[in-house]
Amino acid sequence: MGMTIAEKIIAAAAGVESVKPGDIHTVELDRLMSNDGTTHLTIDMYNNLKKPHIADVNKLVWIVDHNVPCDSVKTAASHKKMRDFAKANGIKFYEGAGVCHQVMMENHVTSGELIFGADSHTCAYGAVGAFGTGVGCTDYLYAMVTGHSWLLVPETLRFNLTGKLNKGVTARDLILTIIGQIGANGANYMAMEFGGEGLKTLNMSDRISICNLCVEAGAKTALMEVDDITIGYLKEHGRKPKHSFKSDDDAKFAKVYDIDLATIKPIVAKPHFVDSVVDAKECVGIHIDEAFLGSCNNGRIEDLRAGAAIIKGKKVHPLVRFLVVPASAAVYKQALDEGIIDTFMEAGAIVMNPNCSVCWGSCQGVIGENEVLISTGTRNFKGRAGHKDSFVYLASSETVTASAIKGEIATADMV
Amino acid sequence: MGKIFKFNQDVDTDQIIASQYLLFPTIDDMKVHAFESLDPVFASNVEPGDYVVASENFGCGSSREQAPSVLKALGVKAVIAKSFARIFYRNAINIGLPVIVCKELHDNVEAGDEMELSLQEGIVHVGDKEYECTKLPEYMQGILDQGGLIASLNRE
Repeated sequence: MGMTIAEKIIAAAAGVESVKPGDIHTVELDRLMSNDGTTHLTIDMYNNLKKPHIADVNKLVWIVDHNVPCDSVKTAASHKKMRDFAKANGIKFYEGAGVCHQVMMENHVTSGELIFGADSHTCAYGAVGAFGTGVGCTDYLYAMVTGHSWLLVPETLRFNLTGKLNKGVTARDLILTIIGQIGANGANYMAMEFGGEGLKTLNMSDRISICNLCVEAGAKTALMEVDDITIGYLKEHGRKPKHSFKSDDDAKFAKVYDIDLATIKPIVAKPHFVDSVVDAKECVGIHIDEAFLGSCNNGRIEDLRAGAAIIKGKKVHPLVRFLVVPASAAVYKQALDEGIIDTFMEAGAIVMNPNCSVCWGSCQGVIGENEVLISTGTRNFKGRAGHKDSFVYLASSETVTASAIKGEIATADMV
Repeated sequence: MGKIFKFNQDVDTDQIIASQYLLFPTIDDMKVHAFESLDPVFASNVEPGDYVVASENFGCGSSREQAPSVLKALGVKAVIAKSFARIFYRNAINIGLPVIVCKELHDNVEAGDEMELSLQEGIVHVGDKEYECTKLPEYMQGILDQGGLIASLNRE
């Protein structure tokens, strides 16, 4: 029986010939990422162990990205705990370098690896064909101490992509469309695998955007076939694949979807659920107070370029705060070099340091009671961006930028 | 016996414990804010031995382990839902909070009803009604039985 990409990676990590959905295996992990959302709790638990021990410190990457720079005395204490522990134990540590998943993609992840990240959007690593999955701090600690963990082999949903996205339509519109179609738990416990000729038309930024959001359909992981674009991206960042897996012709999928990219339209996900998607045109005219261009989903140079192309020579609406937050320091520097930051600032945008920003609603840019945000972030849950009675619409960089100019939800062709 | 606190479908972990509390020093500092957006009096009304009953996809969204941890710290005996999002489910078992799948319970009970759960048998009693729950896979029941994943580390 053939295997899917997810099954091949688990089999390799478990040191067995083959696996099938429903099996539970003990797996060796290649990398363990943790950020400031939970690491302070992990450290407390570690210190309470009878025999504290790190199996392989070289596998650990710790990234302060959620509340950067620190916003309160309580957060400062949690950050300090993380910083001090990392230093004392020789753990690779980043602070202010960007959102954890972007930093991982730029510096660490490679094809065929099995990675636990203490953050749900760890599934982003599937963009280069790595099995990334989100875990809590207890799972993280267990893996940190032992070097391994247990995994239930997931079933796989296969998405065959054909055709090409139309101008003004983005990878984010594609994945939001898919989530709307299969629902917020449509891939619960499953892997979402992407392949086909259409995949070759999507660059690495597009691929990260797609895989990153798969957890919003409940997926355990997302995986893309390794191709020349993957190899090129890894080479550019000084890495080589560990494995370059594709699903076997006789691999068994729970379901196969065929998607013609040319049929995808600009999409908006309405409050308060990511699967509450509609054609962006249906939201045109909805008043907004704030717009956010950034996050691990949509804060890369390609996203900033798309926004800058729309806003160049125009102004942010006087009643809107437009937050532009590059996903990493590398992206920020590139945007500076290309004059993109100048463009945003001349338009009246607020350009901020790389971090999770208002996507997680606890640090910069939080919105008040009854306020409305249009965002390229990952989630639109109730209260996600601030006050419990506020509203978040999710859309592409193009739609968010156009809305920032108009002061109400608008698509790029309207400005 | 414990009281039922009832929630609907797609309850995400931001509702169980919002982002602005996650970097507080300890779970005890956070637990008073559990379910703040959906039920502001939950944390003050819930008592040890009470239950959370929900519909589909409970615990979707963020991987924050603080979500099951605050419920456990408040004394919630178990969460019974039609289905769970996977990271919440795994986190709950890892910390020793029972999470039980029961398709019938949510539609047939009201908030405040008294219920009893026989964990080993996987049976819920509410009034004179009995509901059968899906048993945990053996591997995960094993983690729960030993008091969570960390307990196994301390024994190894």
